[in-house]
Amino acid sequence: MLSKITLTTIFLFIIAQTTYAACGITSGSIRILANDFPAIHAILSAAEKCAGGGVTFTKNTTKEHRNLQVAGLTANPAEFTSAIVANGSIVPLLNDGLIRPLDDLVAKHGKGLKKHQLITINGKIMAIAFMANAQHLFYRKDILDQVNLEIPTTYEEVLSAAKAIRAKGIMEYPFALNTKKGWNLGEEFVNMYMGYDGQLFKPGTAIASINNVKGVAALKMLKSLTEYSNPDFLTFDSNATAAMWEAGKLSLATMWGSRGGAILDDKGSTSNITSNTGLSGAPTVAGGSTPATTLWWDGLTIAKNITDKDAEATFIAMMNGISTDVVKANNDKAVWLVEGFVPGKAAAGVSASATAGAPPYPMLPYAGLLHSALGSELAEFLQGNESAQQALADVEAAYNATAKEKGFL
Amino acid sequence: MPHRTFIIFILPSLLSMFLLIAVPIFSAMTQSVFIAHKQVLQVSETCDPFGCKKETSVDAEATAELRVKEPLGIFNGFKTYTNRNHLAVAEIKTFWNVTTDWKDFFSRIMNLPFYKALVFTITYTFVVTPFVIILGFLIALGTNSLASSLKGITIFFSLLPMIVTPLIGSLILFWMIDADGIIGSTLQIIFEDNDLSLKASPTLTWIMLILYGIWHSTPFAFIVFYAGLQTVPQETLEASMLDGASLWQQKRHVVIPYLMPLIIFVTLIQLMDNFRVFEPIVGFNASANATSLSWIIYNDLRGEDALQLFGSASATSMLTIIGVGILLIPVMIKIWKEFNSKTV
Repeated sequence: MLSKITLTTIFLFIIAQTTYAACGITSGSIRILANDFPAIHAILSAAEKCAGGGVTFTKNTTKEHRNLQVAGLTANPAEFTSAIVANGSIVPLLNDGLIRPLDDLVAKHGKGLKKHQLITINGKIMAIAFMANAQHLFYRKDILDQVNLEIPTTYEEVLSAAKAIRAKGIMEYPFALNTKKGWNLGEEFVNMYMGYDGQLFKPGTAIASINNVKGVAALKMLKSLTEYSNPDFLTFDSNATAAMWEAGKLSLATMWGSRGGAILDDKGSTSNITSNTGLSGAPTVAGGSTPATTLWWDGLTIAKNITDKDAEATFIAMMNGISTDVVKANNDKAVWLVEGFVPGKAAAGVSASATAGAPPYPMLPYAGLLHSALGSELAEFLQGNESAQQALADVEAAYNATAKEKGFL
Repeated sequence: MPHRTFIIFILPSLLSMFLLIAVPIFSAMTQSVFIAHKQVLQVSETCDPFGCKKETSVDAEATAELRVKEPLGIFNGFKTYTNRNHLAVAEIKTFWNVTTDWKDFFSRIMNLPFYKALVFTITYTFVVTPFVIILGFLIALGTNSLASSLKGITIFFSLLPMIVTPLIGSLILFWMIDADGIIGSTLQIIFEDNDLSLKASPTLTWIMLILYGIWHSTPFAFIVFYAGLQTVPQETLEASMLDGASLWQQKRHVVIPYLMPLIIFVTLIQLMDNFRVFEPIVGFNASANATSLSWIIYNDLRGEDALQLFGSASATSMLTIIGVGILLIPVMIKIWKEFNSKTV
């Protein structure tokens, strides 16, 4: 008995020693601000192992991270040494020059990184991406079998499948997307508009260019789709659609790839639903070849207003957080961009969309303003209270007012 | 009271009013007349996991230099107030010129975010306030006539809606009125309509928010009136009874005049509170069907990806303050008159 305890103690001691040695930091303060989902927790708990000795580690994982990051990194010294961002949320940090170029840190400590993980702007590395995400199709194999249809690859096929499912009396509202008024609805329009090869802005300018034939077509397609959604669709966010899927109330849905892991696991649903759930690439639309979705990445940045020592300590700790070992241990929690990732069933949809050439969500400084205007002005068209042209004209008018206020026009 | 004593006596509250009310209002006022600098944009090569391309970005250093020179931004006068997202002066002029009938004119105005929010805010205020006062008064009368052993527990239960945090209360109701929730599915059974959804129809959403507002605010009116009822002079009531006043006449000619200052007080507070209606819209996810001025401020301050619109939010705040001011004028005049009649 005694020897067992001794052995365990020695064993734990060795583990502690090796991780300590692997980190190779002896002092510094690491303070991280991040979103709140399983993949991030996996990374941060690995990074936290670098703490100890002279190294302090704090983390703030919250869904409100976007509202904290600018204020938190503007302070000098900054409240956080690293902010975990995505394509959209890196923009305000870049706009205000709050994050530092990482070239020298990558050269010194980033040997394991793949080239595609480096987010470079004007030749400078500004962030290290570690996972990808996109909205794509989720389908129920058993229900498609009942109506003798294949997995839809276009939104026109999604519509006819939904029609068949309704006609056969299987479900009255077989389809859903994240159409909650606000950010979610804006994202659905951007995705669909990309499927029509639309341009959000006149190239090289901040002038919105969505009120055109493609914009109207994208909006009408969204309306046709929501006619197969429960009438409450303007309140659907990712939590709502994922819960409806797990409750077996949907046959087809466009949802985030990052929800795949939680939907396919054995919690929250019946084995009949999970075993028949499949993930496939985002559908194309109107005979186009581009999947109607946008690709997103999540990555880490290092604050500018901190000491070089803290920056280096944070970088090393985060490199430990996104190491191959961590990714292997958490393979199904995300679509990792890191060496050693083996795509599983949950990654199928994001991978298929990326391979088919889905465009990335634009990292433009004014994209967030247009997204915001889309989110608040499109609901009336989907409710049937105004024309598509009017809705898009409203979006542009709302965007123009805010873009002027922010100094982009 | 000597002036010196009076000033020392009132100084702490003057100071806190200055710091917590005047300074923030002045700050919001200042922010609302400025907009951000022109952003210095540059086109550079941007690479991410999905490839490289030429993309526009902000030249942070050049923009920061501009900001150091003029930290407040560019003076914009009242243009933020008159732009499309607020009073939309230019848009309304155009509507006036192109429309031929009133219906078209108003439906176009109702498409503008500020006016849409204003109409809901005003409707909510003017429906909820009278209901809260009348219901609160009736509940107070009812509770007051109960046997004293029942009073405590009745007061406790009547106060519950006010104790529940508005956001939590509305969130719980939001789930209950879901098509699968207890209220939502019951209504579907009663009306034999499987498509009936309280969340989808604007009219039903408005009714729901207003009912929620009444439910939530009535306890406040109730407890104030109940406290007032304890002090109604019994002699006057008995005198009126001896004079043969009916129950209704007693309430109408003795109790209500006696409680008038409290009724004005509750009206004042309720007008201000209801004009700032906000939490139920968030809790009920109702922004597709109903928005309020406070909700617009919140929406501007949240921004997408932290692109907060401080100028816009401040302008809406100032307009809200003006709105509250206009609403309170009649009540204030009444108070002023009563004050004067008492001192004379």
